[in-house]
Amino acid sequence: MIVKVAEQKLPELLTAAAGVEKLYIPVDKSDKVSVFEEYAPGKTLSRKLNTLRSAKDFFFPQVQPMAKFRMEGKKIEVIDTREEPQDFIIFGVRACDVRSFDILDRVFLADPVDTYYESRRKHATIVSWACAEPSETCFCHSFGIDAAAPEGDARMWIAGGWIYLEDLTEKGAELLKALDLPALGADTSDEDAEKEVKAEQDRIHSIQEKLPLYSLKPADNRQKELEIFNSPVWKEFSDKCLGCGSCTFVCPTCQCFDIEDFNDGHTIERYRCWDSCMYKDFTMMAAGTPRKTQLERFRQRFMHKLVYYPIKNDGIYSCVGCGRCLRRCPIHMNIVKVMKALEEDAQCEKKN
Amino acid sequence: MRKEELIPQVGVVTDIRQETGDVKTFRVVGTDGKKLFEHIPGQCAMLSVPGVGEAMISITSSPTIKEYMEFAVKKVGVLTSWLHGMEVGQEILIRGPYGNGFPVESTFRGKDLLFIAGGIGLAPLHSVINYCRANRANYGHIDVVYGSRTKEDLVDLAEMQDEWMNEKDMNVYLTIDREEEGWDGHVGFVPNYVKELQFPTTETAVICGPPVMIHFTLQGLKSLGFKDSQVFTTMEMRMKCGIGKCGRCNIGDKYVCKDGPVFSFDQLGELPDEY
Amino acid sequence: MQDELIKRACELLEDGTVDRVLGWSSGDFFYDITPTVFTSADEVRKRFVYNDFCGANLSKYLIAESQKDGKIAAFLKPCDTYSFNQLLTEHRINREKVYVIGIPCDGKVSVGTLNDAGIDGILSTERDGGDLVCTTVYGEKRIPFAEAQDERCINCKSRKHVVYDELIGEEGEVLDSHRFDEVEKLEAMTPEERFAFWQGELSRCIRCNACRNVCPACNCDLCVFDNPKSGVFSKAASNDFEDANFHIIRAFHVAGRCTDCGECSRVCPEHIPLHLLNRKLIKDINTLYGTYQAGETEGQMSPLSAFTEDGDAEPSIVQKGGIR
Repeated sequence: MIVKVAEQKLPELLTAAAGVEKLYIPVDKSDKVSVFEEYAPGKTLSRKLNTLRSAKDFFFPQVQPMAKFRMEGKKIEVIDTREEPQDFIIFGVRACDVRSFDILDRVFLADPVDTYYESRRKHATIVSWACAEPSETCFCHSFGIDAAAPEGDARMWIAGGWIYLEDLTEKGAELLKALDLPALGADTSDEDAEKEVKAEQDRIHSIQEKLPLYSLKPADNRQKELEIFNSPVWKEFSDKCLGCGSCTFVCPTCQCFDIEDFNDGHTIERYRCWDSCMYKDFTMMAAGTPRKTQLERFRQRFMHKLVYYPIKNDGIYSCVGCGRCLRRCPIHMNIVKVMKALEEDAQCEKKN
Repeated sequence: MRKEELIPQVGVVTDIRQETGDVKTFRVVGTDGKKLFEHIPGQCAMLSVPGVGEAMISITSSPTIKEYMEFAVKKVGVLTSWLHGMEVGQEILIRGPYGNGFPVESTFRGKDLLFIAGGIGLAPLHSVINYCRANRANYGHIDVVYGSRTKEDLVDLAEMQDEWMNEKDMNVYLTIDREEEGWDGHVGFVPNYVKELQFPTTETAVICGPPVMIHFTLQGLKSLGFKDSQVFTTMEMRMKCGIGKCGRCNIGDKYVCKDGPVFSFDQLGELPDEY
Repeated sequence: MQDELIKRACELLEDGTVDRVLGWSSGDFFYDITPTVFTSADEVRKRFVYNDFCGANLSKYLIAESQKDGKIAAFLKPCDTYSFNQLLTEHRINREKVYVIGIPCDGKVSVGTLNDAGIDGILSTERDGGDLVCTTVYGEKRIPFAEAQDERCINCKSRKHVVYDELIGEEGEVLDSHRFDEVEKLEAMTPEERFAFWQGELSRCIRCNACRNVCPACNCDLCVFDNPKSGVFSKAASNDFEDANFHIIRAFHVAGRCTDCGECSRVCPEHIPLHLLNRKLIKDINTLYGTYQAGETEGQMSPLSAFTEDGDAEPSIVQKGGIR
């Protein structure tokens, strides 16, 4: 059911949510930077389309302490430092980022389950937020994501001075109930709410249709693993690549990690941290690396998203079209250019 | 909280054997003196030392040994050098087992088997060979071809000479790269030796060793009429997690740590040539 | 201007003066500019772009390009020529393999700056007098060009090409830049405020290495931070101190060699004003050793390398009991 609350009640709504569970919302740190932060009275919801970093941080943080060890003589002590997190709410997640959780789930919750990820994931309630003003770099539509009807435990639209809230799961329904929306002046029997949301969705869709990447469609590459692997496009694209990891780290679906130890002189902490297949040492062994040049490394990233991951996951791509890499790559090389070039390449092949 | 696959257990090194100049075998049990976990031949475990490093090492001992596990380790990097400096009684960290292992209870059952190893490549085969020996009735004839640079570099030489060579229905062919004093056996590279020996194509083959050796041995077997589907190998890639999540050990859509390390060559033929 | 560059590039390729041309091309948008090596006049005519968004400094690409066979023509903006000279000084570029064409620049725009100004859904832009007019799905948006530019361009240090084989357009002048104003603001802070400022900024670092990999001065074959044997190898900071460690070490390593091209800040996905660390060191070098601009002249020695014990005593900000 859709419930509507006046937009000026947003601070009260957030305060109510923070009273239920720990609450995270996107806030502006400057005109350039928006990040998810724990809510405190006075903090306002960022109206930016997307946070600088994706929301994957909540479940797969950049640095994840794993365990501690103490060494004494020949003895080693293992200290399990894991703690069960508290329940928390992520409020205002965009449709693309919500879908990224599903893509990460298929990696981290696959057998054997990653308990660091799982424990955070199961304690989270996700309130998503429809995108009133999608950007030209948006292409979530290409992956079957509807920016006007995001997934999650509950979802929200803000339009025409109203906040519309709808529960999608039991968790979401419980949250909305706990918020006591009638106390914020919500009329739960307002029959116009559905119609107004429909109108807002139509408006969003009409904007999306005008966006340059609207018609971008990923090809089903599952039968073409070797053909795409051997495509000539990788050479030209990877020549320009700086080999940095900015695309990887802003990406909501990139999930590669490294495991390292940090010795503070007393205990040794084992932690995992984001890693990038774009880095030279990613596959380096004592005997050398199978990915010797940037070509192999660049190819790996896009093969993974467009071919390997779909093969393993029923044709689902490891991309949600959030557009962060389009914005952030220092040389503007990105998955859209790769998809288009592969498509062109495939068309040429067909003709020949 | 449920068990976390990435948090290691403590193992105690109870025996260290110098196999060759740069290979040592370590025997490991849990702090309670018992074997840490069961495994399938061909599976691996992550060994680590806090602050030094962590690496995927194949389990050399056969699962039929119920008291302990053994790891033959070649000194190549930071961690393996540290391991080589250990004394008996040292604790290390261990997690596993990882990987698919050899199809000892399916494809290999009832077959004549041909094991071909080069250098430290014998380590993963040691486990499967001794497993087959322990379950002798389930397998046909066993051939082993093993070569190294020198006699000194042959791992498990004593065990091969004392046990394997005396076993019924089992032949062991040893070779070293160059002539050497005190060696009256075969001299020459493994791939050539395999071709000379003219093994029947009824055998199921397993090759393990350096990439070049694998490449030419496979060609040799194919020239004898072996099909890709009856030749297996075990792959080595950089690994961090061991459970198909950290994203670096893939060959195409397959993770070596989880979908491998054992592959048949017809499986590898469908994957990108990046290993 | 773009047409003139295309014409010249085609001539050079067609008359055999060069085998390749280093310039820029765009993709789906007018602003997604990628440094590109062209090998034929056809390609140049089809894809060569030079517009307000060609901010990427091409000089670093010439390290690899000048090691290949044949000659390459490179279109360098004034600030790119400083990086080029500095790389020549460091013997990283083979000068004989490069034909440098100096091209004018009156400041570049990053699409991020437009987004920050609330302009999104951009379909095209156009200069209209002093304004940049953006056509967006949300209607036409106008922004003064001076405000749309990157900070490094607003405080441009020089419109002069310090090295070239030929020049397109008029030669510019070294400018009286206000680029140290931001540094002075930081210097005016109390140590606690300054620490809080940098901790706030650097805590966002995701260690993507974009700043390092784009930096023309960061051209080590193997960076210490990528070398497991260096003792400082790390991919992510395990604590707050480590975050700062990477950037501070990097700033010191490029001190005296950094030309202040500002690429580090342009590419930072977290919008950390990294160039201010370098600029502070440039300002200190100027104060302690006399004004010095890295890359100004080929072959010049940085004051930090030229110091000898026989000459003047090294000026130091460190004295007994700590920092002066």
